[in-house]
Amino acid sequence: MISGTPVLSLRNTTKKFGGLVAVNELDFDVTEHQVMGLIGPNGSGKSTTLNLISGALRLTSGSISLRGNPIEHLPAQAIARRGVARTFQLVRLLPSMNVLENVKAGAVFGHRRRWGAEADHFARQVLARVGMAHQANAPISQLTYIDTKRVELARLLASEPEVLLLDEWLAGLNPTELEEGIKLIQDLRAEGRTIILVEHVMDAIRALCDVCVVMSSGVKIAQGTPEAVLSDPEVVRAYLGDEHA
Amino acid sequence: MRAEETRNVTISVVLLALAACLPFTGNAYALTIGVTIAMYAVLATSWALFSGPTHYISLATAAFFGIGTFTTGIGIQFLPYWSLLPIAGVLGGVLAALVGLATLRLSGVYFVIFTLGLAELVRQIITWFQNMSGQKGLYVLTNITEAGIYWQLLGLGALVYLTGWLIGRSRLGFALRIIGDDEQVARHSGINTAAAKIMLFVVSGAVAAITGAILAPRYVYIEPSLAFTPMLSFQVVIMALLGGTGRLWGPLVGVIPFTFLWEAISVSFPSQTTLLLGVCFLLIVYLLPYGFVGLFQSIKQRASGVFS
Repeated sequence: MISGTPVLSLRNTTKKFGGLVAVNELDFDVTEHQVMGLIGPNGSGKSTTLNLISGALRLTSGSISLRGNPIEHLPAQAIARRGVARTFQLVRLLPSMNVLENVKAGAVFGHRRRWGAEADHFARQVLARVGMAHQANAPISQLTYIDTKRVELARLLASEPEVLLLDEWLAGLNPTELEEGIKLIQDLRAEGRTIILVEHVMDAIRALCDVCVVMSSGVKIAQGTPEAVLSDPEVVRAYLGDEHA
Repeated sequence: MRAEETRNVTISVVLLALAACLPFTGNAYALTIGVTIAMYAVLATSWALFSGPTHYISLATAAFFGIGTFTTGIGIQFLPYWSLLPIAGVLGGVLAALVGLATLRLSGVYFVIFTLGLAELVRQIITWFQNMSGQKGLYVLTNITEAGIYWQLLGLGALVYLTGWLIGRSRLGFALRIIGDDEQVARHSGINTAAAKIMLFVVSGAVAAITGAILAPRYVYIEPSLAFTPMLSFQVVIMALLGGTGRLWGPLVGVIPFTFLWEAISVSFPSQTTLLLGVCFLLIVYLLPYGFVGLFQSIKQRASGVFS
């Protein structure tokens, strides 16, 4: 699964907030069908990296390309249309709409655009895919926490993205929900999706990631399989003193 | 769904036909009120097309309306009346597009203040221009009757409803609802949020300008302080909120009672109108945050809750 053509490539990607260098000359490739874990202590620049890829933030220098085409200059909506779909650290759904309409938002405006009955039908299929078919007409306010996460994931999947960016998607789940969540992403991995996960849950990283990029203070300090990087002395040092050590 | 749509279209056509008969009653006072209601219905509905789904409160109605009245006021000396309505629409639309490009990236209170300032800015420019040219006001003398104005407004209203209905069924309408819920999600779902907002702002600006152009012959004498009165912008917002912006027909439900209330206030308390307008605004926001539409819906929900 490691081989394949790069879908997303970051080269010398740098983001400065005034004097603070949040992401410093970051380089990595995500290849087709790969699940990459982006890990590191709090404040190491993981979420900033996702924000740079999805166009929520502009880079200071460097480049990001999707299938060889530079995207770093594009606005967020154009990046989404080219097939980069993301979740947010805190689940963000559309509160005035029901479950199906939330998923349709992805189907109608995403990478592959559908409309009318076709969008409806496809959104239902995707809902079934994440195990939410029976709740299509439920208002968002009635969902359990894990179900809100499922709906958010379904919105992404409905846009048929090239790359999924999941920002701490498993955070805040209880042990049972966590198991369900990991299972769901494992299924996506088995389907051959290309995914970047920002994650703190080590069990999930071991279970899900083909490769990990470890960041500390905005710099990539290690890259490799989860086993290799998690036993790397420099990685251990970065985590020590941090609450996740 | 289809049956419901057919029913709604039938009801709308019947109501429109009934409304069109008002001038034949020969009651001049009723017609005057009718023109006022039709004018505010058009303004509040087109305002809600933009502000309803996006939750951007625009106070620019007076700016567009005033541009429309001045289009007729100045243009009538050179061009036939009928050509002035589309010209007013284009001018209002262009101004809305420019304002949209400049401000819709801002959100919340910045947008509100900018739109309020816009009406004042346009008014000052016209006043300055009139002072320079030594011309104080404009006379609009036409043979257009009150009934003629009324029917034009009804026609424009029908057009606004049709536009609103089509937008509601379109991708653009869905995009605006998503923007209203969460603009960041909208962007990251692939929606060009700025373009969607500007399009709707242009529609609402163009309609307000055409309304102003239609109303100009009624005023006969036009001056900037009348055409660009900020009171108009506030009244439109209050009426639309009173009715509720969640449905296309919402603003109309607010316009009718408010017009009568306003008539009563202007007659009984002519020097306290602004104060009472403010009180009305506060009461509506506190007691009916979602307007009559929201009230009906919560009653319906409660009723179905009792019976289920």
